[in-house]
Amino acid sequence: MATATFRIWRAEKGQGKFQDYTAEVSAGMVVLDAVHQIQAEQVGDLAVRWNCKAGKCGSCSAEINGMPKLMCMTRLNTLPLDRPVTVEPMKAFPHIKDLVTDVSWNYDVKKRIPKFQPRQPDAPDGTWRIAQEDVERVQEFRKCIECYLCQDVCHVLRDHHMQEQFIGPRFLVYAAALEMHPLDVGDRVEDLRKQFGLGLCNITKCCTKVCPENITITDNAIIPLKERVVDRFFDPLSKLFRVFSNSKR
Amino acid sequence: MYHQFKQLADIDITEEAMEVGPTTHYMMGGVKVDADSQMSDVAGLFAAGECAAGLHGANRLGGNSLSDLLVFGKRAGEYAAAYAKENSLGAVNRDELGSAEKWALQPFERKGSDNPYVVQHTLQDAMQELVGIVRQEQEMRQVLERIQELKGASGRVSVAGNREYNSGWHTALDLHCQLTVSEIVTRAALERKESRGAHFRDDFPTKDKQYDGFNIVVRKGAGGEMQLIHEPIPPMREDLQQIIQEMK
Repeated sequence: MATATFRIWRAEKGQGKFQDYTAEVSAGMVVLDAVHQIQAEQVGDLAVRWNCKAGKCGSCSAEINGMPKLMCMTRLNTLPLDRPVTVEPMKAFPHIKDLVTDVSWNYDVKKRIPKFQPRQPDAPDGTWRIAQEDVERVQEFRKCIECYLCQDVCHVLRDHHMQEQFIGPRFLVYAAALEMHPLDVGDRVEDLRKQFGLGLCNITKCCTKVCPENITITDNAIIPLKERVVDRFFDPLSKLFRVFSNSKR
Repeated sequence: MYHQFKQLADIDITEEAMEVGPTTHYMMGGVKVDADSQMSDVAGLFAAGECAAGLHGANRLGGNSLSDLLVFGKRAGEYAAAYAKENSLGAVNRDELGSAEKWALQPFERKGSDNPYVVQHTLQDAMQELVGIVRQEQEMRQVLERIQELKGASGRVSVAGNREYNSGWHTALDLHCQLTVSEIVTRAALERKESRGAHFRDDFPTKDKQYDGFNIVVRKGAGGEMQLIHEPIPPMREDLQQIIQEMK
């Protein structure tokens, strides 16, 4: 049977090094299978977070050969096995152990975004009427599995550590889903500009590239939000209008 | 489905054949709970969803698990909250706590090299092959013997490292419960000498009337042994029976 080398980051609290492990590989295997095999046969205490093995829980995010990916959805036959496969934890979050990071910052960010606020029901029986077109616009955003690979790859968070000023692509998608929801009457535009740091995104589209659910994050979520901010705060016509209405007073 | 096969198995099902076969898709058995409150026979312990038993009869229909979770998960939460308000916190027995802690840390102290994953995989393979989709008496008896051996092995496993995110240690701790549940499943499957729903016995391939009307409930006896009790299923409420008649 064929074997491959897996170069896995082994560390506690950031202190650590790459360690090479050889594993038997067979048809149909994914990186998570190999990591589990190494865990069961060689290093019982190798820390790795996982759950569904079907790309739907978003737990097994890691960096494979330097690319943010879900370990359960990365088939070995898509990787060059003639050299070691590197497996590292996500870099944008505090490290805990081996491949496990502390992603709790994301949960705190989500709590800060104003919740869904539906308008009054359209009909006396408490129901609403929505156009199919409006449903479809936000459907894509609901595919998010919160794997945080987009947060991991975003240079504003990863390299500039602006977690205080910027909520990251995941939560811009979340905010877009709420803002574009046909029933929602909440207004997050000012928050997006000021507290959530929307302007810090300079649309390099790395988030879109790594999304395992293929959500068009930049084009369909972030840019429309930027347009809303521009409309509200930087539109020259309304600026002019404001100047005139002030001069009358 | 096309997308799933393509991404996970690299098979284009419009061009190549896909494998289709029966599999264990749901556990109908589980913790015995009160149908309204979802409380088990252990006061204050609630269960809902796949770990609870009784809702789906002998075979769960596709899609019913999600509605089970929504309805009975909500109920379990509400009744648990009400229970917590009505009852004060019980006292913790320090001695029991101490011995549980000692038991849990044993795998770190053992010097042997028995691997918890090997014990777990051996149990999984035995259950999958011999108490899985198609069952028969002789094979299930073999598994009971295997479980006894594995109980011995589970007491010898050792693990390395510390207590943080240590999957090997978690596996070592899980073995105790996995062996208990496997034994319960096997004993109950041996007891039901018929085929019904998802329980298929090669040696008794048809449904048998004498097994109508009761559930097999497994309890821990005074000496720690497993007791199998035939507990009658309570008759359906008349108004519900009526609805079923009307729908026929």
